[in-house]
Amino acid sequence: MARTTAPEIATRSATAAIEVRDLKKSFGEIEAVRGVSFEVAAGEVFGFLGPNGAGKTTTINMLCTLAKPTGGSALVAGHDVVSERDDVRRHIGLVFQETTLDGYLTAEQNLRLHAELYGVESALVPARMRQVLEMVGLWERRGTPVLTFSGGMRRRLEIARGLMHSPRVLFLDEPTLGLDPQTRSSIWRYISELQQTEEITIFMTTHYMDEAELCDRIAIMDHGEIVVLDTPAALKARVGADRVRIQTDDDEAAIEALAEGFDLEGRVSEGAVTFFVTSGEEFVPRLFAELGLPIKSVSVSRPTLDDVFMSHTGTTIRDAEESSATHRSKVMMQVMTGGRR
Amino acid sequence: MSATEATVVTRPAPPEVVRVRVPPRSFRSELRAMKIVWQRELIRFKSDRMRIATALVQPLLFLFVLGSGLQQLSSASTHGVDLKTFIYPGILCIAVMFTAMFSAASIVWDREFGFLREMMVAPVRRSSIVIGKCLGGATVASFQGVILLALAGAVHVPYDPLLILGVFGLQLLLAFSITAFGVMVAARIKQMQSFMGVMQMIVMPMFFISGALFPVANLPGWLAVLNRIDPLTYAVDPMRRLVFNHLDISAAARKALDPGVTWWGWHVPALLEAGVVLALGLVMLAIAIWEFNASE
Repeated sequence: MARTTAPEIATRSATAAIEVRDLKKSFGEIEAVRGVSFEVAAGEVFGFLGPNGAGKTTTINMLCTLAKPTGGSALVAGHDVVSERDDVRRHIGLVFQETTLDGYLTAEQNLRLHAELYGVESALVPARMRQVLEMVGLWERRGTPVLTFSGGMRRRLEIARGLMHSPRVLFLDEPTLGLDPQTRSSIWRYISELQQTEEITIFMTTHYMDEAELCDRIAIMDHGEIVVLDTPAALKARVGADRVRIQTDDDEAAIEALAEGFDLEGRVSEGAVTFFVTSGEEFVPRLFAELGLPIKSVSVSRPTLDDVFMSHTGTTIRDAEESSATHRSKVMMQVMTGGRR
Repeated sequence: MSATEATVVTRPAPPEVVRVRVPPRSFRSELRAMKIVWQRELIRFKSDRMRIATALVQPLLFLFVLGSGLQQLSSASTHGVDLKTFIYPGILCIAVMFTAMFSAASIVWDREFGFLREMMVAPVRRSSIVIGKCLGGATVASFQGVILLALAGAVHVPYDPLLILGVFGLQLLLAFSITAFGVMVAARIKQMQSFMGVMQMIVMPMFFISGALFPVANLPGWLAVLNRIDPLTYAVDPMRRLVFNHLDISAAARKALDPGVTWWGWHVPALLEAGVVLALGLVMLAIAIWEFNASE
C-alpha cells in the first residue's frame, strides 16, 4: 500500500482539512469528550483509535455537524462546524456505523437521491455515479433493491454514496465493524485508491489495531481525551521495548520470578505471561538460564499498536472495552432519555 | 456474496476521476431536495402494491358491508337514496386518511432504519425535507383516493369531470393535512408501535365523529359539539355537498342527508370548510418543521 510520507503531506496541504481546538461535549453530567485538540492535514488518512465509549463517535458527530459542541471549536474544510454548518456539510461525506440506505430503493436510486439532496450538477451525476459504483464493485448491481444486499455490499454502497458529491473530507465511523475479512480488505483498498485518485482527506474511527496501522497518523482516545497522537511507526518506536510471551506450567510463579530475578512486570494476557523488555532476542538466553522455572514456549515480537495502546492506557483495548462498559451504558442512558436533545 | 466479490476482482481499471461540485445553498437546491423527497414517496408507493391493496380493505368494508347491511334498517329515513351513496363521500375521505397516515409513518421507519439521518445531514433546510415529505404523502394518498373514485358508478354516483376534479382537489387537501399531522407526531414519537397506537387513537375517533357515517343535523348536544371541533368534519361535509350536487334526488332527501355543517345556526360555506382543513394542515406543517429543526 503506497503511503504518503509526512513531509509530502506537509507540502500538499496549504490549509488543514480539520482543525480542532479544545472541543468538548457533555451529556448532562457525563463528559463524553473532554477538550480535544488536533489538526488533520489535507490528503491525510487520520485514524481515531480507542475502545467503545471513548468518545470517538461523539467527536466525529461534532465534526459532521450532527452534534453541537458544548465547548471549543472545530473547522472542517475551512468552515466552522457550528456557524457554517451547511458549508461544512457540502464538503464532507459520511459513512456511519449503522446503515442509512433506503432498502426499498435500488443502489442507483439511493445514489441519485443523494446527488439531488446535495444539489450535484445533473449533467455530471451519471458519470460520477458510474465511477463510484465501479470503485466499490457494485456497478452491475445498480438496479437491485438494497434490501437484497449483504452487509458488506451495503457498507460498500454507503462508501460510494458518501463519495457521490466529491467531498473534501470523508468521515468513516467504524467502516469495517462487523464485516468479513474480505470486505474489510476491499474497503482498505478503496481508501488507498481514493488517496491516489481524489484530493480527499479521510477521517476514520476504528478499534481494530491492525487497521490503525494503515493510517498516516493516529490519535488514541480514552475516556474522552486524546492520550497520544503520532504516526503508527513513531508510536511503536516510542514503546521501545519488545514484547515477550512465555508459557509456563505456573504463571503465578513465573510472574514472581520475573519480578524478583529481572525486575520485570509480567501479566497474564491471552493465556500467556507477557512482559516488555528492550532487545528481546538477547534477553531470551538469560531468561532460560536464570528464571528457574521450566518454560514451555517463548515468543518475542516487535511492539504493535496494541502495545502502544497498553503502554498509554495501562490496559489492552479489549479489557478497556469491558471496563468502560459501565461508563458507556451510563452515556447511552443519558442519550436515550433525551440528553442529546 | 461470492458472485459480487468476483465482480470486484474483474473490475476494469478506474477511469478518469469525475469531480463534481456541491453549490452553495440556494432556492433552486431547496426545490430539488423537496422534489426528490416527494419523488421517493412516489417510487416507494408504486413498488408497494401490497400497501395499495391493504389500504383499500377498510374503506371497501365500510362502503359495501356496512352500507349494504344497514340499508334495510335505514331505507325508511333515506328517502329512497342508497345508504352506500350516502356514506360514499365519507369513504372517499377515510381512504385518503389511512394512506396519508402510512406515508407519515414512513418517517418513523426512516428513523428506525437510519435513512432519516441521510436526509437530515444533507446541506439543505429541514423544512424542504418536511415539505417534500408532506407533499409526497398527499400525492400518494390522492392516488389511493382515485381508485375509490373509480367505484362511483357502483354506488349510483355519476362520473362527472367537474365532480371528479373537485373530489380529487379535496382529497389532496385532506391528505396533505393528515400527512402534516402524522409528520408532526412522528417528530416526537420514535417507536413504530407507539406511533401507530397514537395515530389509531386519534384517527378512528376523528373518523367516527366526523359525520362520515351519519348526517350532522339534529345530533345530541355532546356529539354536535364534538362533531364541530373535529377537523375531519370540514373535509367530509364539502365532499358530501360536492357529491350530492351531482345527484338526481328529491329535495327532502337532500335536506335529510346533506344538511350541512352549521355554526350557531349559520351554514358554513364549503370554501371556508376547505380553508379550515388547509389552515390546520399548514399549522401542523409549521410545527413539524419547527420540531425537526430543533432536533439535532
